[in-house]
Amino acid sequence: MIKMLLEEELFKEVKFLRDEKKFLILLDIVGVDYLTNPSKNSSRFALIYHFRHENFKDTITLKLNITDEKEGVESITSLFKGANWLEREVYDQYGINFKNHPLLKRVLNHNEFIGHPLRKDYEITKGHYCTQTQDMMDELKPLLNERELDMDNLTILNLGPSHPASHGTIRTLVALDGEKILCGASEIGYLHRGFEKSCENHTYNQIVPYTDRLNYCSAIMNNIAFVKTVEDMLDITLPDRGVFIRVIVSELSRIIDHLVCLAAALLDMGAQTNYWYLFNPRGEAYDFLSKLTGARLTNSYMRVGGITHDLYDGWETDLNDVIKSVQKGVDESLLMIEHNRIFHDRTQDVGVISADDALNFGFSGPNLRACGVSHDLRFDTPYDYYDTFDFNLVVGSHGDVYDRLMVRFEEIKESIKIINQAKKSIPDGPISVSDHSIILPTKKNVYSSIEGVMNQFKLVTEGVKVPKGEHYKGFEAANGELGFSIISDGSGTPYRVKVRAPSFLHMQAYPKIIESYQIGDAIMALSSMNIIAGEMDR
Amino acid sequence: MDTAFIIETIVKIVVILLIFSALAGIGTYFERKILAFMQRRLGPMYVGPFGLLQVAADGVKLFTKEDIIPTGVVAKIFKIAPVITAATAFMAAAAIPFLPTFTVFGYTVHPIVADINVGVLYVLGVMAIGLYGPLLGGLASANKFALISTARAASVFISYEVITGLSLLAPLMMVGSFSLIDFNNYQVDNGWLLFSQPLAFILFWIAAFAETGRTPFHLVANDHELIDGFGTEYSGMRWGLFFIGEYANMFFISFVMALLFCGGFGDGSVAGALALLGKVAFFFFVFLWVRAAWPDIRPDQLMWLCWKVLMPLAVINIVITGFVMMF
Repeated sequence: MIKMLLEEELFKEVKFLRDEKKFLILLDIVGVDYLTNPSKNSSRFALIYHFRHENFKDTITLKLNITDEKEGVESITSLFKGANWLEREVYDQYGINFKNHPLLKRVLNHNEFIGHPLRKDYEITKGHYCTQTQDMMDELKPLLNERELDMDNLTILNLGPSHPASHGTIRTLVALDGEKILCGASEIGYLHRGFEKSCENHTYNQIVPYTDRLNYCSAIMNNIAFVKTVEDMLDITLPDRGVFIRVIVSELSRIIDHLVCLAAALLDMGAQTNYWYLFNPRGEAYDFLSKLTGARLTNSYMRVGGITHDLYDGWETDLNDVIKSVQKGVDESLLMIEHNRIFHDRTQDVGVISADDALNFGFSGPNLRACGVSHDLRFDTPYDYYDTFDFNLVVGSHGDVYDRLMVRFEEIKESIKIINQAKKSIPDGPISVSDHSIILPTKKNVYSSIEGVMNQFKLVTEGVKVPKGEHYKGFEAANGELGFSIISDGSGTPYRVKVRAPSFLHMQAYPKIIESYQIGDAIMALSSMNIIAGEMDR
Repeated sequence: MDTAFIIETIVKIVVILLIFSALAGIGTYFERKILAFMQRRLGPMYVGPFGLLQVAADGVKLFTKEDIIPTGVVAKIFKIAPVITAATAFMAAAAIPFLPTFTVFGYTVHPIVADINVGVLYVLGVMAIGLYGPLLGGLASANKFALISTARAASVFISYEVITGLSLLAPLMMVGSFSLIDFNNYQVDNGWLLFSQPLAFILFWIAAFAETGRTPFHLVANDHELIDGFGTEYSGMRWGLFFIGEYANMFFISFVMALLFCGGFGDGSVAGALALLGKVAFFFFVFLWVRAAWPDIRPDQLMWLCWKVLMPLAVINIVITGFVMMF
């Protein structure tokens, strides 16, 4: 459901939606520049807000045209904490102002960056050097003043961007009293590589390899989330075999993602053996994926309307071996920590976030479920026959490090259940749609007929033509709701692609989560949230 | 003092230095191999047969690396700190009888540099001075992570000195001497102190983990939280000296535990000597085993353990021992 709004109505409408209609999750804020769009929007800039209802099934979309980007619109940060960075991102990429925003500055691009790169008139070939790091005092000082703390008596310490256990490149500046963190502020964007801008210059299928690099721990799920959004716009569904293959590989990717998170988190508290018990099966899973897709990490296994190729002969035995060793690794790892007092002391009631806060920050996936919120898109809005599989929704209770890790352990077991069922009931038949305006013709066809050559040529050079429209689709990826907003102008390349990356919203809460805990706890909190800088910074 | 004694002592010192420097290196090889096998991987494999020469390769690397003294550090203290760690570790070895007295070609060898009558106090005291390595190195480094590590070092080492001291008091009361050789002889007559003083043994063992900075008390140079703590700014052989000090300490504390609580070398026969080495190897192995099995605890939890659990237990142990001896 899309609702058009006037700029001045926004704040009131969002407040109404949140308080009266119970749309409790802010999914995403998408900025759009209609400068070169043939549909001739009434104003150049527009903002699109996506919300999700308390029942997790319904979403609502608000859209408003921006008459004057310098004047901008009212910030909704006071209603949704998660809006803070989302609004900063829109400001960063489009230069749209948000009134009453606590600190409107760049978030993904460098602070010395000139211009707003996602504007359509931004020259992508132009580059310039940025040399100065920001001292972050503009964020830390207000926090210190709020708490009436004197900076001279505290240690100001950079956790990251390189090591102190920031998986990926994330910087958190913390004010310490002894080892206790009094407050902190995070800086991201170290891995920003203009994914969304690149999308605007590539055909839909060319974007698939880029999506691999979002959450590189579960690359195939990003592929699927992206192509499913495009398929929705094309109004096509895959033949059953294709859907089942997607279920199998995406659940395997979920397992890999959770294994990486758990292994790294346990290693961060010195549980080295667990790391190897969990990482070895991950290696075997990657062996299977490389045999299947030709690549270990960045698989690019999906295409709009289908899959690159079918499963190979004997895949079942290979997959069985992988599942068995994952099961063994998880069991052995759990054996070592499940009743370990040290593990409990290090993780329980550490890095706690309440369910309300988590929803307000826009949490999703295992991190939200750890807080005791039973939200999983595979249950709430079942897709890909997920409603026909017998598996459980895993929820925690406290929202601490322990819950976040244990939810992932249990989810691995649930994913194994799904794979085992899908493996048994996978049908024969085609894996891709048969529409040749979407899927490449067979090689035999290309080499033997002129129609085949033409078909191949047109599809490769122009890309899949997606009908005009604006679409948002959420997908339950390993880290949470991975959503793609795609705006098509009817051509072979998208007009605008926006990723709702779960890690972006999770990371925003991190400085709050680690407050009043110790350095060691902060490191555990970060690794238990599985922040993937690839999707966060895009 | 006659010349022969001086020469003999110097020879002993050189032999001990060489053996334990080498052992520190080989210790890392065993650590890597044992951990690897516990974690279903191979460990070092490529340098020499079964990766045995890995130790040599690491040594060559450490020796030939550039010795970087960063700007902003207090250079003199920064340079001397690793030497303190390594030196105190080896100085502690002076009062440890590594083997029973034996005779070669009619010449009686005492494999102890100095059998002083306060041997136990000396060993523990000198090991405690090792604290100055991390303390000075961290403070001189001009690095905040090193500083935090130093704070941890000071609190952990000093707190656990208390546990080591108190836990040893009860056995000391029973033996009535500070000499490690007297400890050994006492156990030949009265059975292992491990059985008559189990609590003291466990307390001492736990404290040994804290004193050597091993998992689960691997906090001072915790790689995941503090990079390498006080060693962050160090490179080359200066860092290597910290490393050798740490491993030498592990060996020496294993010797001390075997001598104080587990019968030492017994009656001094060849079997007794071998048994001593076996016990030392066992304690060293447990250091590695624990590292493979457990995560690390947090500094505040370590303090809680020290002052609220271990220290009261140690005091109770002393009181009970005192009463038992009195009546």
